[in-house]
Amino acid sequence: MPSVSETPFRLLPQITPENEHFWTGGAEGELRFLHCAACDTLVHPPQPRCPQCLAGGLSPRAVSGRARVATFTVNHQPWIPGFDPPYVVAIVEIEEQRDVRLMTNLVGCDPEAVHIDMPVRVVFEARDEGIHIPLFEPDPRGGEADPSGGGGDADR
Amino acid sequence: MPIGERAAVLSGIGQSKVGRRLGVDPLALTLDACIGAIEDAGLSRDDIDGLSTYPGGMIAGAPGFTGAGIPEVQDALRLELDWFCGGAELPGQLGSVVNACAAVAAGLARHVLCFRTVWESTAQGGGSRRGIGVSSGGGGGFRASGFMQWSLPFGAASAANWIAMFARRHFHEFGTTREQLAWIAINARRNAARNPGAIYREPMSVDDYLAARLISTPFGLYDCDVPVDGCTAVIVSAAETARDLRQPPPRFEAVGTALRGRPSWDQFDDLTTMALRDAARMMWERTDLRPADVDVAELYDGFSFLAMAWLEALGFCGRGEGGPFVEGGARIAIDGEIPLNTQGGQLSAGRLHGYGFLHEAVVQLRGQGGERQVPGDPRVAVAAAGGGPLASSLLLVAD
Repeated sequence: MPSVSETPFRLLPQITPENEHFWTGGAEGELRFLHCAACDTLVHPPQPRCPQCLAGGLSPRAVSGRARVATFTVNHQPWIPGFDPPYVVAIVEIEEQRDVRLMTNLVGCDPEAVHIDMPVRVVFEARDEGIHIPLFEPDPRGGEADPSGGGGDADR
Repeated sequence: MPIGERAAVLSGIGQSKVGRRLGVDPLALTLDACIGAIEDAGLSRDDIDGLSTYPGGMIAGAPGFTGAGIPEVQDALRLELDWFCGGAELPGQLGSVVNACAAVAAGLARHVLCFRTVWESTAQGGGSRRGIGVSSGGGGGFRASGFMQWSLPFGAASAANWIAMFARRHFHEFGTTREQLAWIAINARRNAARNPGAIYREPMSVDDYLAARLISTPFGLYDCDVPVDGCTAVIVSAAETARDLRQPPPRFEAVGTALRGRPSWDQFDDLTTMALRDAARMMWERTDLRPADVDVAELYDGFSFLAMAWLEALGFCGRGEGGPFVEGGARIAIDGEIPLNTQGGQLSAGRLHGYGFLHEAVVQLRGQGGERQVPGDPRVAVAAAGGGPLASSLLLVAD
């Protein structure tokens, strides 16, 4: 998967044994979540047991990196020195399990063109200490990936 | 199931001076409000045997987010306490008042002094308001942990961003517009004009609202509340003490504190409702009263959309109908079908962080609203606070 070449200032996560798979998976081009083999559920944020079946022994699993925009905002307010607006903050639902959501930035598109249910795919921004920040960009294959006919509330 | 909150009444209210950049010690503001509430109730400080607050003094947060903790207030007033509780892991700011009701119902205390102090205006007055979690300046050594690791790396530093995304989803699902949302802000400003203590009192039009600079779409400046310095205090007392009080107190008919979805700003199941859906549902499960019985609604508007979401959650209109319901502002006006945020809300009267709504509910039930008094002798009021995974609501009745 492509990497982002521009690397503006960004506040970084504290890496721990529990979250390392998520924040460093981009080094291998992978978006990873903990997976429960007992009930085939992706678990996010990372937890010691599966919150569905309470099994332990969760292990990281790579997903396709494809997702859909659940909601978004175009931020215009300078909150963090060096991280300059405007920028798009979105919550995306990952394709394999839509109740797994990520807050992220949408890149590679006009903020005015962003819309809910827009198909997106992960792109990693490499930082120090092996951290790879998962951002999302428009997915050119998006139209094929939507047999359900798009978002809405039917599965909520 | 017993409705334990029926054992509690709201016996007194107090409020410090409220304003922008007062430059006053926040503990001094706190004592002003607390002493005012004790006097208002007709009690003395020797009667106070419980103390409750949100978020307590030991929390890290944006500058000025907390102004005084339990031990400081206890010591400053030399209170002899049988029960106390301060903290932030509560169902919203008014969760600290529900704690007081529970303490009274359990017989742990008879008169619980509850307070909330903010001094964000002074604490942040030297520069632009910074987002939660970046008070350290975001230097090279900073690393985000807990929930903030999932938001700060993406510049989603503020509840403005998180709640804007709930609003955007509501716009998408129900066709809500900024022109409709504007009426939450306009109504607040209209009511503030009748409140001498409000911060912003000049009239606001839809055009004024739309012309303000954007903060985080769909929110502009007037969708965001106004940081102030100030403290609000209330006293929750055992119902059997009512005859000792200065005036007949409103009683707690029902409270709602539920959080049945995931405790998260981004993983909550429904991105249009938030925890206030659960709190409101629980409150109505504990009473025979219905939304049509409510005479005045004081609903948290830290961001405009939250007040709209509370209107829906509490059943004043149907789910998703908040936009058309508030449009034009007639239904939510002081003389409308459900008067909303009669003091001007946090949007125009200042961010007293939840407690201001409870204070105003009591003012209205006592008929002390002056120019902003809801006509027709209101008997039932709802005060609600919170957004995202934090929410609680209180139903007060003046018999």
